[in-house]
Order: sequence, then C-alpha cells, then structure tokens
Amino acid sequence: MNINNPYRKDFPIFRDFPAAYLDSAATAQRPDCVIEAEKRFYETMNANPLRGLYRLSMEATEAYEDARESAAGLIGAKSPAEIVFTRNSTEALNLVAYSYALTFLKEGDEIVTTVMEHHSNLLPWQMAAQRTGAVLKFLEPLPDGTLPEEEIDRKITEKTRLVAVGHISNVLGIENPVRLLAQKAHAAGAVIVIDAAQSVPHIPVDVQELDADFLVFSGHKLMAPFGIGVLYGKEALLEKMPPFLRGGEMIESVSLTEATFAELPHKFEAGTVNAAGAYGLKAAIEYLQGVGYQAVREIEDNLTALLMEGLKELPYVHIQGSEDPKKHNGIVSFTMDGAHPHDISSILDGFDINIRAGHHCAEPLMRFLGVGSTARASLYLYNTKGDVERLLEGLPKVRETLGLDRV
Amino acid sequence: MALNSIYNEILNEHNIRPTHKGEMADPTITMDGKNPSCGDEITIQLKVGEDGIIEDGCFTGSGCAISQASVDMMLDLIIGESKERALKLYDIFMGMIKGTASEEEIEELDEAMALKDISHMPARVKCAVLGWRTLDAMFKE
Ligand SMILES: Cc1ncc(COP(=O)(O)O)c(C=O)c1O
Repeated sequence: MNINNPYRKDFPIFRDFPAAYLDSAATAQRPDCVIEAEKRFYETMNANPLRGLYRLSMEATEAYEDARESAAGLIGAKSPAEIVFTRNSTEALNLVAYSYALTFLKEGDEIVTTVMEHHSNLLPWQMAAQRTGAVLKFLEPLPDGTLPEEEIDRKITEKTRLVAVGHISNVLGIENPVRLLAQKAHAAGAVIVIDAAQSVPHIPVDVQELDADFLVFSGHKLMAPFGIGVLYGKEALLEKMPPFLRGGEMIESVSLTEATFAELPHKFEAGTVNAAGAYGLKAAIEYLQGVGYQAVREIEDNLTALLMEGLKELPYVHIQGSEDPKKHNGIVSFTMDGAHPHDISSILDGFDINIRAGHHCAEPLMRFLGVGSTARASLYLYNTKGDVERLLEGLPKVRETLGLDRV
Repeated sequence: MALNSIYNEILNEHNIRPTHKGEMADPTITMDGKNPSCGDEITIQLKVGEDGIIEDGCFTGSGCAISQASVDMMLDLIIGESKERALKLYDIFMGMIKGTASEEEIEELDEAMALKDISHMPARVKCAVLGWRTLDAMFKE
C-alpha cells in the first residue's frame, strides 16, 4: 500500500495505525522531524524567549525568530517584521477584524466576502460590520464553485473598504481568483484579507505576487504542531494598527496610566509566545519545501482523479463542486442518497476509514448548495492509492450497513 | 461489539420506513428539537386526551438514521400510553444509555432496545436521545 508513496514512512502515526486517514483538511498528520523538533526545543532550548538575558533564553529567542524568517520565506514576505505568530488562522483573522477593521471602517463602508467562507472568515467580519455600521456583501459562486468576474465587479464598489476571501474552499476545494480580487480591491481603495488556511499547505503562495494586504494560515494543517498560526500583514498596514491584545512582551515602556508599544511584529504578540510551536513550524516548512509543492500537487491530483472517477461510478453518490479533479486541490465533498453524512462517517469509521461529515464550519455554503451537510474526503502528501481504494470500497458497505439496498 | 452493530435491522427499518413520519391536523402539543452541532432537526406533534393518554403522535424533520429511527421507535412506544408512563420510559431510555437501567427495565423499551449499544459511540448519543429529550421538554412545559 505504501510502495508508491515515499513520504508515508516519515509519519509515525501510520506505522501502527490501521486507518485510511482522509481528513487532512481538518488537520494534517505530523512527520517525525516536526515531533522531534518540538521535543528538541523543550530538551535543549527551553526558556522564556524574548525575556531572559542569559544564553538559554537567547537561544529560545533565536529559535523563535528563525521560525519567523522561515515563515516569511515560505510566503515571500519582504521582512520577518511582517509575520505575526498567532495560535491559528482564526486568531489571525480576528486580529485583523479587531485591530484593522474596527479602527478604519465606518458606517456605510462595505466589506465584501463570499458565501463559501469558513466561519472563521465570516464571524469576525459580521462583528466588524455590527460594530462599525459597515455593510457586509457576499460574492456568490457558480454551481461549480467558480467566482465569475462580473459577480466580483457587481459587488466590489467604491464603497468597499475590505475584501475577505478564502484562497481555497475547505468544502469545494476550489481555488478563488485572489490575485484578481486583490487588484479589484485595490482599485476600489480597499484592503484584501486572504484566508490561506487550505492553500499554503498545498500550493505555492507568494504574497508579493498576489499583492495580499493580509494573509493567514494555520501551522497544524501544514504538519506543524497545534497552536501556532501566522498572520502576514504589509508592514505599512501593521504599523498603523493598534495592538490587539495587551500585556507583557509587546511594550516599549509602561507607566501607571499609559504605555508605548514595541516594534513590529512584537506589538501584536502579547504574553509568552509559543516558541516550541514556532520551532516545530519551521521544521514543518522545511519538510514541505524538501518534498516540494510540485510533488504534493502530483500526489494529490492523481489521487483526487482516482477518487472522483470511482465516486462517479457510484450512482447514489453526488460530488459537490467542479467535475474537474484538478480544481479540487485534494478536497472532495459529496452526499449519498438515503444516507446522512454523519452515518456515512460513523459507518466508515467501523471499517477504519476516517472522513469528515457535517457542515465543515461553512453553514452558509451548505445552504447555498442546498444540502444540510456533506461528507468530505481530503488528501495530503502521505496518502496512497490504497487509502482512496478503501474509501471507494467502503461506500457500498455504508449502503449495505444502512439496509438501503434491500429497499 | 462490532462498531456498526448499531445499524441493525430494526433501526434501519425505522429509518427507511418510519411509521410515524408526517403531520397531523389537530395536535394538542407541538415541539421542535434540534442538535445544533450536527444539524439534526425534528418536530414532534402529539394529541393528548383530557385523561392524559397520548392518543396519537407523529414527527417531521431531517437528520441521521439514528436520530430519525429513534424518534419513530419512541412514538411506537408511547402512543396509547399515559404521560406519566411516557416519562417513565424516558427515564428508562436515558438509564439504558448511561448504563444504570436494569435488564427488566430495558425490556420495557421493546424495539428501542436496539439503541442500547449507542453508549459505545459517544459522538452519536445526542442523536439517539434527540426525540426523547424533545418529548421530555414537551411534558415539562
Ligand atoms: C478555509 C479555512 N479557514 C479557516 C480555518 C480555521 O483554521 P483554524 O481552526 O486553524 O483557526 C479553516 C480550518 O478549519 C479553514 O479550512
């Protein structure tokens, strides 16, 4: 089963784990090198970074700041000062909403997002709209998930001040035209916030090429430890934004009644930071770069094609979104006649096949697609043909288990 | 226990061919039940006579096989019974899932016994109890 995937052996969980893991869009598995990096941090460099004046603390600081450079390099930031570490994408998006949107948006301004966003890229903007009096507008895709240019031109107007959009949908797998959206946003005088949680782990992302103002991603979907995420922001924007959280580590000087704040990016990193997580993120980035996006793409495209071909042969299965496997970026959501997604996922678990079921934190998209929920299989670089075949063989067993073929 | 044994013939039959799915014209109580985390939604309608006997009942809604079959089995059990008896059955059903009900008590649940092993699937317990929770709420209003 592993013969045609040279990377699978790097992931300890697969060594004695019998399941076909097809839920990497929720969180990726971690390779040995990441787990070892986090361990190494605690074993040999652990001290509170950015505080101590002794060597161990300085070593921890160095490890943390190296990780920042590594993240900056991955997405093409001009300087590490443009990389703010957060817990995850959700926190990074909230940071932009609280610090940027609440400060710079006002009544009558417009925020443009899409109906296919993850709740993490919707609720912060709902909050910002409620508090500032700005209006939320939604881009609607065609049935295959594509956002037509006319739709973008209809919704982005001279009143638009902020555009928030997912790079790759966590349900449909489709890649949104973020470069075009950035151009249109900038022409309207707006900033663009790109939720790259599902893209950075799978495709090359360059903030210069996209001309992104803000871009976020989560370490854990990219094989890094839980609890470390990244906010990229253009330096000029981050400079003029007020801090999000206040406290230790983010100050220049403090009196009883006021404070001045540290330079970027520390202004946005209040309190003790997750240095070990950042160090693990660096290891994950290096691992991913070692494999190379090209190889990731090939593995995912081949398996997605195999999966979609197989699903199309099951007359009771309906794939959501594009017919073209190359437009799915390893994410395939589907429904099955007569079977609720929760039953599908539960029953497949009985056969050691792990897929996600539910609304995938995208309830508005479920309503837009006219489904209550979906089942979702998602792939990453360690998946094999065997994993996909097991799912394809499992689905008829789901129908059998539910007694649907005896109707 | 085989993980998928919960999807036994009794449960599947109630899911595929529910006896009580539909709406009635003259209910005396109507109540919605929802599992927000998974989106299961039901509406139960009951016709309870002056004497407290549940004369008829039906449900509408959507959700997984476990939630839908469980409501249907529950209605099978409680139609023709008094409110008090229905609440007693609620206690037994909850007791069965928590592992505190006796074998004799569980026997009283008839086909709803098919859900006994749901306690081995913690993520699905809320599906199995949706109908029963809604019933309890109806009578406590
Ligand atoms: C598109 C998208 N945005 C945001 C998130 C939120 O990520 P996190 O839970 O790591 O903050 C996710 C992941 O669930 C996602 O898929």
